[in-house]
Amino acid sequence: MTDRSLDKKRPTLDSHQGGRRSRLGAIMGSTATSSVIVILAFLLGFFILGITGFNPIQAFSAMFRGALGSKRGIAETLLSMTPLILSGLGFALAYHCKLFNIGLEGQIAVGAIAASWLGYSIEGLPCVVHVTICLVGACLAGAVWGFFPGFLKARYNIHEVISVIMLNHIAFKVAAYMVSVGGPMKDPTDLMPASPYILTTAKLPRIWAGTRFNVSIFIALAMAFVVWVFLYKSRPGYMMRAVGSNPDAAQTVGISATSFTILAMVLSSALGGLAGGIEILGIHHRLLAQFSPGYGFDAIAVALLGQLNPIAVVASSFLYGVLRSGAVLMQVTTGVSKDMVSVLTATIIFFTSMKEPFARWMKHLFSAIKGHPMIGRSDSHVA
Amino acid sequence: MLHKIFNIVIVASTLRIATPILLASLGGIMAERSGVNNIGLEGMMLLGAFAAVIGSSLGGPWLGLLFGLLAGLCTGLLHGFISITIKANQIISGTAINILAVGLPNILIPVIWPGHYAITPVVKQLPTIALSSVPIIGSLFKQFNIIIALTVLLVPFLHTVLYYTRFGLRLRSLGEHPRAADTVGIPVQRFRYVAVALSGTLAGLAGTYLSISYQAQFSIAMTAGRGFIGLAAMIFGRWKPFGAFFACILFGFAEAFQAAAQSAGVPIPPDLFLAFPYVLTLIALVSIAGRHTGSPAAAGKPYIPE
Repeated sequence: MTDRSLDKKRPTLDSHQGGRRSRLGAIMGSTATSSVIVILAFLLGFFILGITGFNPIQAFSAMFRGALGSKRGIAETLLSMTPLILSGLGFALAYHCKLFNIGLEGQIAVGAIAASWLGYSIEGLPCVVHVTICLVGACLAGAVWGFFPGFLKARYNIHEVISVIMLNHIAFKVAAYMVSVGGPMKDPTDLMPASPYILTTAKLPRIWAGTRFNVSIFIALAMAFVVWVFLYKSRPGYMMRAVGSNPDAAQTVGISATSFTILAMVLSSALGGLAGGIEILGIHHRLLAQFSPGYGFDAIAVALLGQLNPIAVVASSFLYGVLRSGAVLMQVTTGVSKDMVSVLTATIIFFTSMKEPFARWMKHLFSAIKGHPMIGRSDSHVA
Repeated sequence: MLHKIFNIVIVASTLRIATPILLASLGGIMAERSGVNNIGLEGMMLLGAFAAVIGSSLGGPWLGLLFGLLAGLCTGLLHGFISITIKANQIISGTAINILAVGLPNILIPVIWPGHYAITPVVKQLPTIALSSVPIIGSLFKQFNIIIALTVLLVPFLHTVLYYTRFGLRLRSLGEHPRAADTVGIPVQRFRYVAVALSGTLAGLAGTYLSISYQAQFSIAMTAGRGFIGLAAMIFGRWKPFGAFFACILFGFAEAFQAAAQSAGVPIPPDLFLAFPYVLTLIALVSIAGRHTGSPAAAGKPYIPE
């Protein structure tokens, strides 16, 4: 394998090449598409609330007030961004290798199990070391959980979706068992199905008085940068994307599709595990049977809305953070179920899946406009 | 102690537990055999269950049954629209349906039943016919349940349809080689629509069974992963109706055994036991790996006519 053979393939991978101007155009095109999708989803949300007899303006303004109108709200919004960014990155990373990791919710669960066990059972460590051990443990647990589907896919061509669905449910049941009565991690002094609290040395420092806000968001932002560098600036990341866009061609130039399929799944799941670990160390401080409100599934919408770009994932996580934290106040003040977020998520995913045929149709319509910046490189992946 | 667990009751409860899983599984088989993946079974089931409760509260259990079937049918058609007409990713579509099905009932419950959250009031169940006077069968099954009976009959029926009719042969050809099917004049997209609609309807029936037969109300996430277990049974049974039937009986027996053992005082961690079908499916996947798994070759790929 020579460098040249790789370079030759480059144009097929990065469609928005050819200078800063077209790249800017592609970014603007992607942003416009995602904005349209979000607006359409909200319009449908308005419509659903309207016909069911709620006041949509009241409901959504309560949502935004809840998410951004108070110190506590802003803190909670930023807090829920952390697992969303991490699992969104996980989903995007796997998707760049054409793998559909809907197993992030299960990987969050195993990451949380590992982090909380390490968090309460190791004593006498300095804070930095203890937190690092817990988070590395969470990553490893997630990675192991992702290795199986990656291996089964690479070695036996078993669809990863099937195996991660099975592993998801196994993870949920194992987590429930851990903290059930008589379970190995159950705190015997507590009636709640929960593990003992983690030690102070394992807790992520809270840095905003009066809120639960902690340093977790900085870890997530750093990971977004790391994943971006990995995908777009590193050799293995490039090879991984090559496997994703054309496994046969990649194999021909000497890239092992098997190894990169496993690698993509392992890295993606490690991010899920990290998200679970951070939730425990930063917010809950103990393992609870079901603590995630579905971040692993939100991750799909977050990543698709972010057009699978790590930096854009941060932006779409912000939107989702607002939805997740604001929905609580919306439910309390207007009676609209906080599951409105699920309906918006589903709508966003539906619209994202329709964007390619829609874009084709638009392109047809505006074919006269020269160099119209359509959705960018990701559309061939999403379809 | 063993006689407390392995008594006649376990046969009936195995069948009761297996019924919704089997219906979902048969739905999965119909869709995948035609070349469309349907991981939205869980969501279709949930919406079917919810619609059935609405129907039953409006006009009795038979209207509930109709509503449940229609809800499944409509969700199936939605999945068909996205994956057949739009030709988008079928996994994405299925996932979106699952997410939608979790959220929508929770918004609608307080609207339809003011003051109720997450769980609906009790509604009328589908009637059952007492069988206790009938010899042998009466001691096995105290009551005749129409959905259970229908489900058991569906297995040989769908087997016959798939393997001994023109329709079945055509349907299976779409799942294996849609291009060839198209060449000989089979309307690929239309056939796939029929299959996906049928798949959704079966999932809707599964949900209906759960909410107005097995229970008498809807509660959030009441399907509890049964759609996914149905998917597992489909794979475990190698995409064949009878295979799925035996897989569902096995999974159903495991759960019935767990419940019976629990009530007999045998300490089995229930959470771990509920993971059994998933573990078994993973093992089955690995053990049949390398050989031909029986999965339709073209499942999951949208067909683009030339």
